[in-house]
Amino acid sequence: MPSPPVVHVAAIRKTYGRTVAVDEVSFNVQPGEIFGLIGPNGAGKTTTMECVEGLRVPDRGAISVLGLDPARNRHALQERIGVQLQEAQLQKRIKVIEAVGLWASLYQKPLDGDRLIEQLGLSDKRNAWFMTLSGGQKQRLFIALALINDPEVVFLDELTTGLDPQARRAIWDLVRGIRQRGKTVLLTTHLMEEAERLCDRVAIIDHGRIIDIGAPAELVLRHCPERTVFVATDDVTAAERFRALPQVQSVVSDPSTALGAGGQLIIRGQGDLVTEVIHCLAEHRIRVTDFRTEVPTLEDVFLKLTGHLIRD
Amino acid sequence: MLRGLWQLTWLEIKIFAREPLGLVGSIAFPVLIFVVLRRATGSVRGVAALPRFVSVDLPVFASVMIAASAVLSLVAIIAIYREGGILKRLRATPLRPHTILTAHVLVKLLFTAVTLGALIMVGRRIYPVDAGVPLLSYTVALLFSTASLISLGFVLASVVPTARFAQPIGSLALYPMLGFSGLFVPVESLPPMLQAIARALPLTYAVSLLRGIWHGEGWAAHASDAAILALMFLIFTAIATKVFRWE
Repeated sequence: MPSPPVVHVAAIRKTYGRTVAVDEVSFNVQPGEIFGLIGPNGAGKTTTMECVEGLRVPDRGAISVLGLDPARNRHALQERIGVQLQEAQLQKRIKVIEAVGLWASLYQKPLDGDRLIEQLGLSDKRNAWFMTLSGGQKQRLFIALALINDPEVVFLDELTTGLDPQARRAIWDLVRGIRQRGKTVLLTTHLMEEAERLCDRVAIIDHGRIIDIGAPAELVLRHCPERTVFVATDDVTAAERFRALPQVQSVVSDPSTALGAGGQLIIRGQGDLVTEVIHCLAEHRIRVTDFRTEVPTLEDVFLKLTGHLIRD
Repeated sequence: MLRGLWQLTWLEIKIFAREPLGLVGSIAFPVLIFVVLRRATGSVRGVAALPRFVSVDLPVFASVMIAASAVLSLVAIIAIYREGGILKRLRATPLRPHTILTAHVLVKLLFTAVTLGALIMVGRRIYPVDAGVPLLSYTVALLFSTASLISLGFVLASVVPTARFAQPIGSLALYPMLGFSGLFVPVESLPPMLQAIARALPLTYAVSLLRGIWHGEGWAAHASDAAILALMFLIFTAIATKVFRWE
């Protein structure tokens, strides 16, 4: 029997004045998964998230988090959820340990603050003021605050925005760690790479509406099945052999290289193209000097579905 | 109900004390001004030559300035906290909204009381306070007046667009009130139009109450001042509840 979803959102709509921020948004988050709302800035991700957190009340539709209505049972729910808000700050001169201590005092069953600080790699910043922390350290502190009450579900809004790639990777590891503790994570991001690397499932959202939901690889396969293989070979029979494969749609020689003298072939096709090309190479003992594949990403899926690029 | 109030208040006290010029600005500076004015008074023989507010009402004037700076500081802090998303972040915890704001009121009242205490202690050494002045009662009167003004501060904090405008808009709203408050010119001697304005401003009643208590007239004689300040507190708090913005 499938367990009930941790987060259930059914056809919510939220308007600000005449602007429709979110419309007909529905999705479920299953226990133990990392679920991502992905889309460009202004797509409605944060509004959706804040409705789920109980910080905003949708005009229409229903939300249930851990079986509770966040608008009505906000305070009961707060004990069981962890929240990190987009672009939030703390008091400039609050110490790391003071922030963690304050948060711990607000919940009934807090975790050990010192251990949490240690686990998030902030031990040597224990007594540092918030304003002196780097972007990555601030986000780690916000993760600590989101975890202090040992929540069942954690909401992370644009967690790595503004961080350098190294700090970003460190944060991803922490989020995977949250899942390993058996918790459910709902996050928003406009970084497709982040969604691909971190999320078990994603909902693509644009102009306030959800366009599709699925595992990243599944979405790529569904919407961008085309694959490209680049093979550099001086075997003149190679192009014909590739054309004979059922998955192959076209084989052209790269105009920037000379065919027959280590020239490069561009093989386009769908489905299991890469495997078939490798088999073909092995079967006919075709010697290659280079081999490269190009697989579409969520970025391509987004472009295909919305007709525009996500901007960083 | 009040979960986290003491923790948050204590934390905000520490954070305020860490501000550069936080303690200096809120405690040392008013005391310094007071001392300088006092010395000026002491060195001049003919007291009658001095403006009335320096010769008679200096403690009241100094107290009103303490209250005004507490309110301005509150307006600025709320604006900064809102702009930085700190208010929003605190609100996404089990802290109740009124707990978050009450902590700031308590911090301001505490610093008001401490500043007044410092003022009295320093003032005493150079100019003995009349033994008849009911200092405890006076402190209560100042805190009461400050609380009433702080509720107006929350309305101001709601309307200032950004933190940058908090200080100028706050000053613009508060300091002109001083002119009508009866501190420099008795309210009765103002033209009728200005008298009407004066009677609509909380500072007028605060000055009347503080002056009365300082000169030993007692709370009973100023019950109407206290009642009006309390009423204004309720009205401004009600307005603030409606218009307060968390983000």
